[in-house]
Amino acid sequence: MTQTAQATNEHPMAEWLRMDRMPHIWCSTCGIGIVVTCFTEALKKSGIDPNTVAIVSGIGCTGRIAGYIRLDSFHTTHGRAIPFATGLKLGNPRLKVVVMSGDGDLVAIGGNHLIHAARRNMDITVICVNNFTYAMTGGQVGPTTPTTAYASTTPYGNYENPFNLPRLAASSGAVYVARWTALHLRRLTKSIGEALHKKGFSFIEVVTPCSTLYARKNRLGSGLDLMRFYHDSSEIEHHAELEKINIEFQKKIVVGKFVDEERPTFIDGYNARMKEVFGDKFKEYGEENGQN
Amino acid sequence: MKFWRTPLDVDKLVVPHGEVHIIWERCKGCGFCVEYCPRDVLELSEEFNSKGYHPPKVVNADRCVSCNLCESICPEFAIYCVNTTQPEGGKTDGTD
Ligand SMILES: Cc1ncc(C[n+]2csc(CCOP(=O)(O)OP(=O)(O)O)c2C)c(N)n1
Ligand code: SF4
Ligand code: SF4
Repeated sequence: MTQTAQATNEHPMAEWLRMDRMPHIWCSTCGIGIVVTCFTEALKKSGIDPNTVAIVSGIGCTGRIAGYIRLDSFHTTHGRAIPFATGLKLGNPRLKVVVMSGDGDLVAIGGNHLIHAARRNMDITVICVNNFTYAMTGGQVGPTTPTTAYASTTPYGNYENPFNLPRLAASSGAVYVARWTALHLRRLTKSIGEALHKKGFSFIEVVTPCSTLYARKNRLGSGLDLMRFYHDSSEIEHHAELEKINIEFQKKIVVGKFVDEERPTFIDGYNARMKEVFGDKFKEYGEENGQN
Repeated sequence: MKFWRTPLDVDKLVVPHGEVHIIWERCKGCGFCVEYCPRDVLELSEEFNSKGYHPPKVVNADRCVSCNLCESICPEFAIYCVNTTQPEGGKTDGTD
């Protein structure tokens, strides 16, 4: 066994990361780095050419992923990762476009983009790191903060109702929906692999520890304590009834794959309709220039 | 290695073995690897790295079965495992 004294670039993740930016900014016991590893592992196993993959993030601690991962990646403005990803996909339908961003970014300021991309069945994968708070800006309450949980803007506890993200994504039209925690390494990796191969809008929520803000403000200990909590309190229930899987403060977290179905994508719909109207005069979008 | 039943081909089984590498200065001492290593190979060390964290150290080198869990769970990309299984080396008698 070797204990390498100096930072080395020999780590198997080194070829997938921008090593000049390591160490990253994420706090000790933050779980975002785990999601990066699971994604990379899934991509390696998927057989997809990494040169055809683009990562898009918004702003936030999670949004930093775009700056660390060594693929074509875009760190966009707050809330606009999905519109950017949509443009990227439509501009070059051959690309595999993956959005990785925080819950605040994707479902608060970016909430409308999420529901409409799902409604249109835009062919992209969205991985939403849910740490129940706006972490980067100091732990404010957000649309995923469980009722009664403390945040810097709810000193008496949150009195709002949070979104149930799988239900939101599914009812908006996502064709693949799953929820895991950062502790479910293998299952999350497998799920990301399935989402990457899914044609249409896939959505994976990853419940992830934020030690510095969410855990601290709620006196839940460190991220390690949150990982222990996930171990004790998550229950796998594939195809669970979505209205029953709300996340309540420090209660059971139902995880699993909830939706996996087929539906024409945005581009499919466009092509089908235009063909109906224009017949043979219409050239299918995506195939020109070797696309799609 | 313990089995819940003794496999019929126990004499042919080769227990994998791995070698853990720790990138001492990159670690933030979260303890995930120590907590979740299923073979109790690691322990947090008493010493600090220059960031003030206690990185893990290998205390049960022989027990590592190269499952790579420490590598997958480390949020800092600071630990990895190299498979060093000898094709004939690690045969087991089924009793650990
Ligand atoms: C238009 C705009 N509004 C507000 C902000 C401030 N801001 C930066 S990050 C952030 C929230 C991040 O929360 P989340 O997306 O959950 O990511 P996390 O930091 O928790 O990973 C906000 C509100 C901004 N950068 N731009
Ligand atoms: S503030 Fe929270 S989410 Fe942001 S890096 Fe720290 S632990 Fe992670
Ligand atoms: S999981 Fe990584 S960062 Fe955490 S203690 Fe182990 S080596 Fe250090």
